[in-house]
Amino acid sequence: MRIQSVFENLLHQGKKALIPYITAGDPSIAATEELVIAMDQAGANIIELGVPYSDPLADGVVIQRATQRALEAGTNLEKVFELVRSLNGKIKAPLVLLVYFNPIYQYGIKNFIEKCVAVGVAGLVIPDLPIEEREEIRKIVDSGNYPLDLIPLVAPTSRERIKRVVDEASGFVYAVSSKGVTGVRKKFSEDLEGFIGQIKAVTDIPVALGFGIGDVETVSKIKDYVDGVIIGSVLVEMIEKASTQNEAVGRIGNFIKTLREVLD
Amino acid sequence: MSTMIRESRFGMFGGQYVPETLMSALTELEIEYKKCLEDPEFWAEYQYYVREYSGRPTPLYYAENLTKELGGGKIYLKREDLNHTGAHKINNVIGQVLLAQRMGKKRIIAETGAGQHGVATATICAMMNLECEIFMGEEDVKRQELNVFRMKLLGAKVTAVSSGTKTLKDATNEAIRDWVTNVDDTFYVIGSVVGPHPYPSMVRDFQRIIGDEVKEQILAIEGRLPDYLVACVGGGSNAMGLFYPFINDTEVKLCGVEAGGLGLDTSKHAATISKGSPGVIHGMMTYLLQDTEGQIIPVHSISAGLDYPGVGPEHAYLYQKGRAQYNAITDSEALEAFQFLSRIEGIIPALESAHAIAYAKKLAPTTSKDDLIVVNLSGRGDKDVYTVAEALKEGGLR
Repeated sequence: MRIQSVFENLLHQGKKALIPYITAGDPSIAATEELVIAMDQAGANIIELGVPYSDPLADGVVIQRATQRALEAGTNLEKVFELVRSLNGKIKAPLVLLVYFNPIYQYGIKNFIEKCVAVGVAGLVIPDLPIEEREEIRKIVDSGNYPLDLIPLVAPTSRERIKRVVDEASGFVYAVSSKGVTGVRKKFSEDLEGFIGQIKAVTDIPVALGFGIGDVETVSKIKDYVDGVIIGSVLVEMIEKASTQNEAVGRIGNFIKTLREVLD
Repeated sequence: MSTMIRESRFGMFGGQYVPETLMSALTELEIEYKKCLEDPEFWAEYQYYVREYSGRPTPLYYAENLTKELGGGKIYLKREDLNHTGAHKINNVIGQVLLAQRMGKKRIIAETGAGQHGVATATICAMMNLECEIFMGEEDVKRQELNVFRMKLLGAKVTAVSSGTKTLKDATNEAIRDWVTNVDDTFYVIGSVVGPHPYPSMVRDFQRIIGDEVKEQILAIEGRLPDYLVACVGGGSNAMGLFYPFINDTEVKLCGVEAGGLGLDTSKHAATISKGSPGVIHGMMTYLLQDTEGQIIPVHSISAGLDYPGVGPEHAYLYQKGRAQYNAITDSEALEAFQFLSRIEGIIPALESAHAIAYAKKLAPTTSKDDLIVVNLSGRGDKDVYTVAEALKEGGLR
């Protein structure tokens, strides 16, 4: 299913999208597969998979450690693509890859896009590719008419850039809750609602809020003015702390169910 | 907008591969920097500090003993080691911190490898009374204890970085992460001609004073331009500073010297241009050492200042255009040159600069006696004597 249809369906039901993130291959590809299936069954609407990278400069320590574990376990792009291919028959939620630009560049931008489409990736979040550097990948996606959403990030510092950034968006807009890297926090930009309002004023595309969101309290506070909520580091930390795979699957499944109830 | 895109690149290299959160800060920096470029008052202030505080101009010293020993062209040493804090790094820090003050930023952050850029930044922050935090890889903190102490003495906070390879690359990632978090009141002073636009151009402009002085000095002494310019390249700021004013003087050959580590046929080196391929690191498209998946691979050099998997994008461009050439010098060649220059000229070079000396040792005998060779002695070697003593103990080198 395309990302756009997910949001349309939710809108009809008066619900908000729940978008969990985990790092692919942490602690193994098999574990990731099981976790993704559990999150799908527990009510996740879109699932983000991080492609582990040696230099994840938009990520805080929790996801840095996860990417290191995944790389040490031998995770590479081919294995991530195979994972996506295998998952697509088993889950309802579209899969989005969070991937830094250098691995895409080394793979060959066009090859990468074609491979994503072939295995069933629905969208890409590229945290180190601002609009200034986006032209080449945008042209390739547009000219091939590929069914792949390039999901842009909008930050609290974007201000007058917002219109340009969302102008070429599809799927959803990834609104960054506060200045900083990924990781659970209590303090967000002063006026989150106003920030989301600024984005909504210039686009009809759904807006999901991420970075630092990790508890029920925060999710209940923001849910009324966003179209979706992205949660990552808190889940990655659960995987890190669990002593068995079953424990990780159980805890994450329960947490997603709880958030699902809050969002419905 | 199209002109902005063109200006942010050197051919295919450079650009701004950073999180969206930083883009408005980079735009603000670019605008403020351009204002400074055209403001004679800013440059008067810069000139005042590099002269009165750091001791410029640095001499262009005719190394007569070295010249005679090698039996080729005349060798001149550009004595950047005589700057306050012992290296060229301070030229750039003075420029950037003056800019930070104009922009009203209260807090300065910087990354450092060996600690030279960290010490220079801590020094200028102490003098200008600014809050200063230096990010340094945990490995480097251990290897460069003395510089850590110097930075603390100067009032800076030193944060050890334990992610990734725990060296300069990761210290840079961490400084970028800090900047993303504290972008409103913080100025990131990058130490080399690397990072997202406008840093590579800006750092070059603050280091070109090296080349500008060389040009004036050599014309006064010899009445003509040199035939060769030689400088070591990690990120490449001392080399870029020396080369830049000569780029259009095509008769002047530009020689960059990379860290060959244990040899280019091993995996333990930092010879980015010699052995790397184009990719993205620290916000720029440039040559870098990476695997087939685009993961950045660990690098090695005996010199912590050259221990970096990327290189300034303008160097990548000069290489691609064929305007500059880049060669590698191994750890043991650098160690040998370190001792050689100490004995023959009474100048202990930084291990980084010893790479340039080692290359000059190979180059000079192939040149004629009329040729003029300028070697950038980018820093002094006091910081390295412990490392060298250890290496000589282990390796039993001459």
